[in-house]
Amino acid sequence: MPSYLFWLFSTIMLIGGGAVIAFRNPVSSAMAVVTCFVGLAGLFIGLSAFFVGVIQILVYTGAVMVLFLFIIMLLDLKDEEKAAKPLLPIASGIALFLVFTVQLIGVLSRTPDKTAPPLDPATLASAAAGFAPTSKIATTLGQGKLPDVHLIGHTLFTDYNMPLQVLGVLLLVATVGVVVLSKRQAD
Amino acid sequence: MASLHDYLLVSGLLFAIGLAGVVVRRNIIIVFMCLELMLSAANLSLVAFSRFNPTPNGLPDYQGQMLVFFVITVAAAEVAVGLAIIVALYRARQTIHTDELTSLKG
Repeated sequence: MPSYLFWLFSTIMLIGGGAVIAFRNPVSSAMAVVTCFVGLAGLFIGLSAFFVGVIQILVYTGAVMVLFLFIIMLLDLKDEEKAAKPLLPIASGIALFLVFTVQLIGVLSRTPDKTAPPLDPATLASAAAGFAPTSKIATTLGQGKLPDVHLIGHTLFTDYNMPLQVLGVLLLVATVGVVVLSKRQAD
Repeated sequence: MASLHDYLLVSGLLFAIGLAGVVVRRNIIIVFMCLELMLSAANLSLVAFSRFNPTPNGLPDYQGQMLVFFVITVAAAEVAVGLAIIVALYRARQTIHTDELTSLKG
């Protein structure tokens, strides 16, 4: 990804993140999270993680944030906006941010930097040898393109098959739990 | 080309913003959104590591993106359950302001 796109998407993401805290209206905050996640999805796609970028848009901005907005509307939080701002949490939040940033810069200045390894057609074509010659992955790699979704699917259903099944059970448990939680208690 | 440090810096800053938001905001829904920001910041680090540490055949390391996939799915389940708890809390106490929820305060 060209450098200016990286900084553009990072700025969108960080401004969106800051706006989540700065806005007083929860709906504005939710829209700021959406902005932040769109910038983040741009960064994912710039890192050639196309599947993760699309999932970020579909699951996070599409489903999760809409769920947040529904709950905000359901609870009808009108008078949250005029709540007084206590000084102590704001000061501690800024202090926490600064401490974390100083630590981050300290760690990054001591660790070796890396530049992105090339993903040009020659590299991709040579990687095709590791897959079955007639498979979709090998064909696409041979054409010099990155079959991101196929590679993720391949890894998911071979190396990570068991965790995937467990994840299905987790989602089922979460669904049942939500139904039980949101059922009106008979008392 | 942005280097690994640039990605880690941006991801760390997003995490710090989320952390500050959890401390600063009193509205429990916004605290929850800031938690999501922190999870996403971790995802950005994972994808950056996956891209910058290729496997021997030159492709990105897809183990990192698998972890991101699982984190996103678990986060979606967590959001569903968490919001259901917030709705139940609102029904019981008529508030989602963390300052007014002091039942556990000694």
